[in-house]
Amino acid sequence: MLTASPVAYLLAYYRFTGKSFVEALLYLPMALPPTVIGFYLIILMGPKGFIGKAWGLFTGDYLLFTFIGITIASIIYSLPFAVQPMKAAFAKIDRRLLEAAYVLGLSKRVTFFRVIIPNSLNGIAAAAILVFLHSLGAFGVLLMVGGSIPGKTKVASIAIYEAVEMMNYQAAGMMAVSFIPFSYAFLLLINKFNKGIET
Amino acid sequence: MTIEVSFKKSLKYFDLDISFSCAKNSLLVIIGPSGGGKTTIIRMLAGLEKPDAGQIIFGDEVWFDSIQNVNLAPQKRHLGYVFQDYTLFPHLNLFENAAFAAVDKKEVDNLLEFFKIGHLKKRKPHMVSGGERQRCAICQALARHPRILLLDEPFSALDAITRRDLREELKNFKSSMSFPVIYVTHDITEALYLADEISPVVDGKIDHQWLQKMISREPSAELTMRAAREPRLALAY
Repeated sequence: MLTASPVAYLLAYYRFTGKSFVEALLYLPMALPPTVIGFYLIILMGPKGFIGKAWGLFTGDYLLFTFIGITIASIIYSLPFAVQPMKAAFAKIDRRLLEAAYVLGLSKRVTFFRVIIPNSLNGIAAAAILVFLHSLGAFGVLLMVGGSIPGKTKVASIAIYEAVEMMNYQAAGMMAVSFIPFSYAFLLLINKFNKGIET
Repeated sequence: MTIEVSFKKSLKYFDLDISFSCAKNSLLVIIGPSGGGKTTIIRMLAGLEKPDAGQIIFGDEVWFDSIQNVNLAPQKRHLGYVFQDYTLFPHLNLFENAAFAAVDKKEVDNLLEFFKIGHLKKRKPHMVSGGERQRCAICQALARHPRILLLDEPFSALDAITRRDLREELKNFKSSMSFPVIYVTHDITEALYLADEISPVVDGKIDHQWLQKMISREPSAELTMRAAREPRLALAY
């Protein structure tokens, strides 16, 4: 959410050359198969990749098959799901409110925190839930980047997959059924927040 | 301090080309028909729009100069601006709105009382009437101790009685203002009631004849009385 909010702000309020290209690139994870994203993340986060190399220089550690690794992968993979609702919420704020803040002496940064954020809380909450649910259901990307190391990178969706593979339908069923009310409740919450944005 | 303005801007249907000045303690009304460039003028004064050419000088401070390439941000002009429609912050109550950029928060209560909304200070903007919201917007602008106050048709969306009450309150408050006030309106009666000076703007240019024509068409007794009471206004036309 911290990464997505400045991006959403830029996309909502600024015009710049190549904006639509940047935006399409940002939303690419929504359109690509998770395995394609996973493949490129392995390249980027591997010991010879740009991110993996930089991480290695700072920490002396590997990024792939670690909890930090799957967290970074989740952030990249979920970024468009956070940016889109936040951008919509920011863009919906009356421009004159921002101008009112500027003539009252507020800088753009302070206006962001004192005017834009408090008036976009529904959009931000909807984005947070969407990202949470999306991360909860992430499978392909996390399996490729993190593997399935118990206590480290084995997430719920991977655990269900492994249980099914081992024909342990009872364990898979227990885990799977626990997702349904949980996800349903959060989707209802998103609807509530979206109604708040519309009004 | 006096503000001296001379600027040009190319608009969709005409070119705006205007010069005027307004001294401290003085209230200048910019009047004209809708779509004549009045709001653009006041937005350029506030720094919300940029003129194509010209100058805006406030005292010895250059706010805009196309030759020197100076264009001070709205934040640095330290002005009060009351918008045409209600631009209060919806997440704050009336007191928080008025105190949003206040120099001294203790003064805010007095301002709210003066403009008769002290009893509503805990209410959010959507819970009060349009007139009360505009009263709060005036308090918000005044509470930051502006160096100049700009009002862009602040009462145009209100009913006639509220509009009359508010312009009276503003006129009463004017005596305690030690800064220039620039007031945009299309209402002749309002202009004559409030103004120390009037600049009629039609299609982006000063047009005194338009004002005289409008006054001759306006039969209101208030206007006649005002003209009789303030003969220097007649000279300004």
